[in-house]
Amino acid sequence: MAHSATPAHPDDGETRRDFLYLAAAGFGVLGTAAVVWPLIDSMNPSAEVLALSSTEVDLEPVELGQRITVVWRGKPIFIDHRPQAAIDAARAVPVNDLPDPQTDEERVKKAEWLIQIGICTHLGCIPKGQAPGDPRGEFGGWFCPCHGSHYDTAGRIRKGPAPKNLFLPPYEFTADTAILIG
Amino acid sequence: MSGLKTNNPVIRWIEYRLPIFSFIDHAVGSGYPTPRNLNYWWNFGSLAGLALVIMILTGIMLAMQYTAHVAFAFDSVERIMRDVNSGWLIRYIHMNGGSFFFIVVYIHLFRGLYYGSYKAPRELLWILGVVILLLMMATAFMGYVLPWGQMSFWGATVITNLFSAIPLIGESIVTWLWGGFAVANPTLNRFYALHYLLPFVIVGAVVLHIWALHRFGSNNPLGIEANGPQDKIPFHPYYTAKDAFGVGVFLLFFAAVVFFAPNFFGEPDNYIPANPLSTPAHIVPEWYFLPYYATLRAIPDKLLGVIAMFGSILILFVLPWIDRSPVRSAKFRPIYKQFFWIFLADCILLGYIGAKPPEGMFLIIGRIATAYYFLHFVIVFVLSYVERPRPLPSSIGEAVLKGGGAPAPAAAREKA
Repeated sequence: MAHSATPAHPDDGETRRDFLYLAAAGFGVLGTAAVVWPLIDSMNPSAEVLALSSTEVDLEPVELGQRITVVWRGKPIFIDHRPQAAIDAARAVPVNDLPDPQTDEERVKKAEWLIQIGICTHLGCIPKGQAPGDPRGEFGGWFCPCHGSHYDTAGRIRKGPAPKNLFLPPYEFTADTAILIG
Repeated sequence: MSGLKTNNPVIRWIEYRLPIFSFIDHAVGSGYPTPRNLNYWWNFGSLAGLALVIMILTGIMLAMQYTAHVAFAFDSVERIMRDVNSGWLIRYIHMNGGSFFFIVVYIHLFRGLYYGSYKAPRELLWILGVVILLLMMATAFMGYVLPWGQMSFWGATVITNLFSAIPLIGESIVTWLWGGFAVANPTLNRFYALHYLLPFVIVGAVVLHIWALHRFGSNNPLGIEANGPQDKIPFHPYYTAKDAFGVGVFLLFFAAVVFFAPNFFGEPDNYIPANPLSTPAHIVPEWYFLPYYATLRAIPDKLLGVIAMFGSILILFVLPWIDRSPVRSAKFRPIYKQFFWIFLADCILLGYIGAKPPEGMFLIIGRIATAYYFLHFVIVFVLSYVERPRPLPSSIGEAVLKGGGAPAPAAAREKA
């Protein structure tokens, strides 16, 4: 416009306006983020899902060589009462050759009780090997039929696309033959 | 805007205030000039549009009967099948409509690959098409989860677990997607919400796709630009009639499957209610995901497998810049044409491998086919420099008139 006066100090005017632009835009971004976050966070696990449940298991009836599955937080927990041969097989493997190096001792609290989360670390299928007659894979542990991951008698990944050993749940022995998971 | 010729006073009254009739006329009417030589492979765009409409209509009807809760979802689908009036028909149309939508879109996509429809100036049109494909895949995946059968549950588990391959934040993302520590009720609820939402996002992307199409008009089997009005005919009535004929043929096949083999594309295991403690021995995705599934399983590393699977689609985004040959249509590219058919065979082979267990020969063939899939794009890049294309006709009209009907006298053709 012809009548709009040019500021006496154009540099000062410019700086002030720039500051206002930046401040307004910055506040806008912060404000938007503050509104969007609760929307995103509402999709995270809710309080009742987060409420930790724990599972008690009596191991007394589980015979040597038997494998049972219990449920903890909606996930299957594999409990394996391992015979000595399985323990020896797991301990004979050179640890450095494993895709996810871990010794058998690191994976158990008592050598004959292997307790792990029964979910393949590849894409979340339940590996076979719990029921008698199931395929147990090339290493005598578990075999995931979805994409062909083989786990050994310590639940360590030996062959196939899974990147990690079967995960271990937090648990403790409350008695000689009783555990509390969670 | 060329004037709409009508004497109807109502249409003229509306047109003056809201020029919607001329808008439609320019979109799919007589005001939209289209290359005169389009063959039947050009029917599949409108068929995809029809499939989308069928899916949205039947989907809304199903939504009125469905219950998105882990305790009721499976039974509510069975109720639709047994008790709801025509429920079986609506569900079978919706279920098989998904498969036919993918059939039509895959043909549409390979049509584009053969005739070079992705090349300048139609790159954005192509990219929007790939966006639509990705949206369709997300929608189809979440829809498959809703009946809450065994395949629904384990498909959801495997696909959401793909994101756990992302370093550091992967596990948090998966927990966020699930709304818990496993696929469960919160997961089913949000999938239902998104499955209802995404089709309308697809509609939006389709509008952009058609908008971009109308900027330069359809490509054509010769892949050359129209020289002038003599190379084009109005969309209506010529292509509306041709598309309508295509719709008839499409519906024949569609109805045959819906009425005589409604479970042909499905997995029997999905009629077993979801059981979070037992994975079926042989889980497979729906057929339209099998090639990607084969790619995922071919690579013995989790993160790289996921990258290859997503990469196999994402690479299509940059195809217009990989293929640098100025000639669009494979008709005039003798070497590219052969590689196109090898590529198509490779994709079908990947689909076959995806349905087989990942062991022995299947794994080896899967790896070779996956490697070739990506190698194809290298070949396409090299071909654009080394291939010697055949001479192009000087105009669409010339090629059309030479091809059939009464041959024009040689002198007349030279003048044209």
